[in-house]
Amino acid sequence: MARTSLGVEVLTGGEATAHAMRQIRPDVVPVYPITPQTPIIQTFSRFVADGKVDTVLLQVESEHSAMSAAVGAALAGARTMTATASQGLALMVEVIYIAAGLRAPIVMAVGNRALSAPINIHGDHSDGMLARDSGAVQIYAEDAQEAYDLMVMAPRIAEHPAVLLPVLVGQDGFSVTHSAENVTLLRDEEVQDFVGPYEIPYPLLGSRPSSQGLFAMPDAYFEIRVRQIQALEAAEQVFADIGRAYALRFGRHLGAVESYRMDDAQRAIVLIGSTAGTAKDVVDDLRDRGEKVGLVVLRLFRPFPHQALADALAGVERVAVLDRAAAPGTFPPLFADIRAGYAGTAEMRSYVYGLGGRDTQPQDIARVYAELSGPAHAGIRYLGLLGEDQHGES
Amino acid sequence: MASERLNAILRPGGVVLPGDVARPRTGGWRTGVKPSVDFSLCVDCLLCWIHCPDTAVQQEHGVFQGFDYDLCKGCEVCSEVCPTNAIQMVAEATPLDARGAVLPEGGRRDG
Repeated sequence: MARTSLGVEVLTGGEATAHAMRQIRPDVVPVYPITPQTPIIQTFSRFVADGKVDTVLLQVESEHSAMSAAVGAALAGARTMTATASQGLALMVEVIYIAAGLRAPIVMAVGNRALSAPINIHGDHSDGMLARDSGAVQIYAEDAQEAYDLMVMAPRIAEHPAVLLPVLVGQDGFSVTHSAENVTLLRDEEVQDFVGPYEIPYPLLGSRPSSQGLFAMPDAYFEIRVRQIQALEAAEQVFADIGRAYALRFGRHLGAVESYRMDDAQRAIVLIGSTAGTAKDVVDDLRDRGEKVGLVVLRLFRPFPHQALADALAGVERVAVLDRAAAPGTFPPLFADIRAGYAGTAEMRSYVYGLGGRDTQPQDIARVYAELSGPAHAGIRYLGLLGEDQHGES
Repeated sequence: MASERLNAILRPGGVVLPGDVARPRTGGWRTGVKPSVDFSLCVDCLLCWIHCPDTAVQQEHGVFQGFDYDLCKGCEVCSEVCPTNAIQMVAEATPLDARGAVLPEGGRRDG
């Protein structure tokens, strides 16, 4: 489907991501199928089979092998992408740490899904949070359009000389990967021009020999790791710069943090991913009734945009942080990160919602805003959990 | 830390280029003890030089010259084979001169 003009297509998030990959034309894509990522790679495989893109598609025997092949390909000098979800991401995690440590700029599309057990194929953020400390950049899309736009931005973030790290682009399993909506695609040549050629400083197949992946003793490991940590921190500015360049060129601006109707807001919800769409509708309804409520959506999760978030929450009195993942034994990841870097005066409450694809309805979000007007709860509330009062507390 | 070593560490991912490790400093693995020498007892038999598994023993034209501590792992083979007990293992913190001779009382460690 050669695209010669800017067009609106009805696509699922998975299909839109596959189109972004086709337009970027990665050299190598090692991959293993897993729901709900499968539509990404199924669609992309069809593009390869039909000759729409000349990527080397490596069908390997597991996600561990896929990620290992991706590290080799990326360091050799090939633009490399892969896609996965849930248990597949869990199996990749060991190698994601290695990819980050070796500074291999691999772009990974993730259809975020719950982890076993019980086995479940539906959406939550447990898989991404498992890779939280891997050193990879993590970006989350709200809908199919964002999944597409962020995927086009991702190679430039990953391959930026100050970054050189894997980038995970997450989209909620099923509610984005499998849901069809209008997506505005760029022209192929616009994407290729925006992304540019793949350039890394020390390609193994380049003209200059180098040794990579060497053993590092206690006198070197610490310095190498700190440089890697600093590279991830640098990705915050790089994300902002590339987001601005994308907006300037194509008119859609995706910042690290999106503030929705936050002017003069007294109560706010912070969350990641597709539930933002539901929450925006609820905010509109409550605003129509004169309630001063707003929503903050986090797109960039690693590196964590502490300052941007603090700016977004300036002046807010009460904040509910909604995590679609748990951190058993302590507060969930998004809440913990926000609390760790927040010096403001707002009172913060922790909710966990939507595990294993549990639907989060407008009334659930409205309930959180209503509870924010009441007394604070201690610990964590489980939104939408079956029980005496429809949510538990721990 | 030598600056060329730091350069290699500061490349993304610790990439090592040709020449970065022309002079390895494997003596950093040494655990606890290091050889010292009393030059007045040494008879230049060079048994230590022959037995050293790490080229840490230095000699020039058949004359014993001391130790290169950047290479020595502290295996103690030299002190075992020394027929005159000129080589004694000492604690890592013991001040020695650059060749391995025990410094006089109150002497300072020279690097």
